[in-house]
Amino acid sequence: MSDPTLSFDEAMEQFDPVLGFEVHVELNTKTKMFSSAPNAFGDDPNTNVNEVDLGLPGVLPVVNKAAVESSIKIGLALNCEIAESCRFARKNYFYPDTPKNFQTSQYDEPIAHDGWIDIELEDGEVFRVEIERAHMEEDAGKLTHMGGATGRIQGAEYSLVDYNRAGVPLVEIVTKPIVGAGRRAPELARAYVSAIREIVKNLGVSDARMERGNVRCDANVSLMPKGATKFGIRSETKNVNSLRSVEHAVRHEIQRHAAVLAGGGTVTQETRHWHEDTRTTTAGRPKSDADDYRYFPEPDLVPVVATREWVESIRAQLPEPPAERRKRLKAAWGYSDPEFRDVVNAGVVDAIEETISAGATPAAARKWWMGEIVGRAKVADVEPAELGVTPEAIVELNGLVEGGKLNNKMAAQVLDGVIAGEGTPTQVMEARGLVLVSDDGALLEAIDSALAAQPEVAEKIRGGKVQAVGAIVGGVMKATRGQADAGRVRELILEKLGVNA
Amino acid sequence: MNELITSTANELAEKLSAKEVSSEEVTQAHLDRISEVDEQVHAFLHVNTEEALAVAREVDSIRAAGGDDAAALHPLAGVPIAIKDLIVTVGQPTTAGSRMLEGWMSPYDATVIKKIRAAKLPMLGKTNLDEFAMGSSTEHSAFGPTRNPWDLERIPGGSGGGSAAAVAAFEAPLALGTDTGGSIRQPGAVTGTVGVKPTYGAVSRYGAIAMASSLDQIGPVSRSVLDAALLQELVGGHDPFDSTSLTDSFDTLVSAARNGSVEGLRIGVVKELGGEGFQPGVEARFRDALEMLRGAGAEVVEVSCPNFRYALGAYYLIMPSEVSSNLAKFDGVRYGLRVLPKEGPLTIERVMGATRAAGFGEEAKRRIILGTYALSAGYYDAYYGSAQKVRTLIQRDFDAAFAKADVLISPTAPTTAFRLGEKLDDPLAMYLNDVATIPANLAGVPGLSLPGGLADEDGLPVGIQLLAPAREDARLYKVGAALESLLEAQWGGPLLSKAPVLGAAKTGEVN
Repeated sequence: MSDPTLSFDEAMEQFDPVLGFEVHVELNTKTKMFSSAPNAFGDDPNTNVNEVDLGLPGVLPVVNKAAVESSIKIGLALNCEIAESCRFARKNYFYPDTPKNFQTSQYDEPIAHDGWIDIELEDGEVFRVEIERAHMEEDAGKLTHMGGATGRIQGAEYSLVDYNRAGVPLVEIVTKPIVGAGRRAPELARAYVSAIREIVKNLGVSDARMERGNVRCDANVSLMPKGATKFGIRSETKNVNSLRSVEHAVRHEIQRHAAVLAGGGTVTQETRHWHEDTRTTTAGRPKSDADDYRYFPEPDLVPVVATREWVESIRAQLPEPPAERRKRLKAAWGYSDPEFRDVVNAGVVDAIEETISAGATPAAARKWWMGEIVGRAKVADVEPAELGVTPEAIVELNGLVEGGKLNNKMAAQVLDGVIAGEGTPTQVMEARGLVLVSDDGALLEAIDSALAAQPEVAEKIRGGKVQAVGAIVGGVMKATRGQADAGRVRELILEKLGVNA
Repeated sequence: MNELITSTANELAEKLSAKEVSSEEVTQAHLDRISEVDEQVHAFLHVNTEEALAVAREVDSIRAAGGDDAAALHPLAGVPIAIKDLIVTVGQPTTAGSRMLEGWMSPYDATVIKKIRAAKLPMLGKTNLDEFAMGSSTEHSAFGPTRNPWDLERIPGGSGGGSAAAVAAFEAPLALGTDTGGSIRQPGAVTGTVGVKPTYGAVSRYGAIAMASSLDQIGPVSRSVLDAALLQELVGGHDPFDSTSLTDSFDTLVSAARNGSVEGLRIGVVKELGGEGFQPGVEARFRDALEMLRGAGAEVVEVSCPNFRYALGAYYLIMPSEVSSNLAKFDGVRYGLRVLPKEGPLTIERVMGATRAAGFGEEAKRRIILGTYALSAGYYDAYYGSAQKVRTLIQRDFDAAFAKADVLISPTAPTTAFRLGEKLDDPLAMYLNDVATIPANLAGVPGLSLPGGLADEDGLPVGIQLLAPAREDARLYKVGAALESLLEAQWGGPLLSKAPVLGAAKTGEVN
């Protein structure tokens, strides 16, 4: 049974939401956080493991320097301070997905702390989210519960464990409480996670595929009466692993908390499980601040030292932040707000940038990507860039149209040929015999036939109804199987009938 | 007794390299000795007969063939060695003295074992220990106690009683031990053998089953100071698999041991490591040693380490805290013992609980519980936090003491070997046996124990402990070798030649 909720509007009339996020980012290093086993996704269970990952007696961890470097990059991209020296700790708890029965994680000495990130919502409103810390830790293995009806541990007959993921390097990014988002809280939640995903992808430190769990979000929500300053009791919705779910989960939790509080009740401090199908949450385990993990400094590791020289050399190599890059490109290309937003949402910013570098105008690049390629990608269910159309091909195709060799309809056929792997646009054009009929003699013959076939239309045009010319143009195009320049045909018809357009 | 088993490792190495004996003969002589006496001593949990002989024959054939391969042999090639059963070995079981790992075969070798294999020392087998190295008597082994070759009714020390007794009983010329609070040195003291805890980080811990990670250290067990140096140089050095291992090269240990001298050295007597609780016979031998050192040109000074009195308390908070975490992995899920609860539902929590209840002995459980409590929220600062502060104070005491003295000296253990069962029901009395050895582990400094003679009241061995600043292990060997030769000159031979005869030839006579 799902919990009672207030409507979002009712909730917003009475309460202010406070948000907080813990986003886990899996790094794409070659090897694991503390062992030389491969960090790879999708292999057979328990193949990417060695004695360290299995927690065999006698093993010791060794910190992966590449993972430290990636963590520093994330910290810098989030405008954090980077600790000169920091330690790992042991988080002790018994669970079979954790081979040592403790997780090696940073605790009171995160590698990055006290940062911020500006989050821009769709209409351009900007929220600054403060980052409390970004710390390094290792992932756990994956449990699969067998024999139960639901795949959950309750009712399962037995469970299988795959330690391939055990020891995969993680960076956990923790925000400070986010106050003041108001009714935009669900949107902000989505935009925040999206921004983190974009940043780590842009840095090249994570594959950032949410469907594979490369980026996982725990969303904390609490409500306080409007105007209050003391935070309410929070719930923590675990593993909300798509952008859409983040938005819905925050919205749902706001509405659920509001119903509890408006009814005079108290919100239980607990973890919540997110259910995509019903877009609701259910209670997980009670979570108190006194959860006792018996943290203590990891005695098998020495402190991680990030010299200022190293940090600065990493900073100097950081790529341009995605938000700044977008601002720069939008201005350079002269797109309107909605035009640019569509380009961003379609995921073709890089493609358009490359097409422009290859020689296309911004308008032409947008026309081809947004007008032709994005639609085809949707049909093929792939990313636009994966269709195999190179920037050079687009420049060539556009040149053929602008040079009068192809009309738009023919160009679309050529594009299909390019996607089908038939060659360059010119090769496709020639192989398919797509030649624009520009010989006026041939066109005039076709025009005469079309006028003769529709004398009443010809009369109308002569009488001044110029818009009727379309019917004759259509006849001509049909007769030439589309290989005529429709603009030229129109001119010739009007000329012939002695009408000024 | 067969000279092949009473020789030191260095003597054997010389005989082997001169082709006076074969490694197979030497190895077989030790295997025969194990067959002869280990039923009484119980130093070994596993005897590795076939592999040891195969390695011995390999060394012999390389040496017989001559050429570059023979020239490239390590000086200790062909000299047999025993391994404390806390160190993982491919091809031999590793139990840590616990039911929890009974029959477990490691798929990987510890770094020290890789080095021993590369140097081609035949491994005779795995030696007994207190469960997970927790104890000072080897009575906490799940597989029965080891007995002291000097008196089979007495303990051989612990946790490395097996390695010390094996060497004392001439079952092996060399052994590896591990020392967390004295587990190499205290057994050395009570069995009349030499044991060294190197500087923390001087020997890789990779593959030593962790008791307390910040204190554990692998080290040599032998019958001479030189032999210990030879073995430490072999197994030591930086290991990329152990982040806490030092990058220093410890390659002057053997030459230090060959050039023993105390001339002009300042030797500091730690005021706090003596007096109350120290057996008179132990103190008498200790004073004799000081006189001898003075006579050889050393300056003996008194130093004070006032915070040593808190060392035992701090140790019994830090060590169990790390134990509680290090031993969490033994849960029946991945390897080792798995016990299903006799009744009720088969949940993972209950299987883990039943396994740990059945698999761990009393001392392991005592320390897990103590450490779990010490790390708990609300107690951490008062217990673990304070203990770490004490640790810093002890390090400062050492710094101050080493400003006045080149090496420090004390009795290794306050008493000679006590009787089996004597302290089993009194954990605190048992813990007090490590009072002199623990400070070195807390500070990470190296310590060496060598035989100091026999106590007048019971005729049992007394150990003398030398301590040096971190990374100055060579100093221990230099001073240790000098003191050893002074003492042996006085005794007219090694102390162990005074030990009672064991085995079939046992007559009760001194040989």
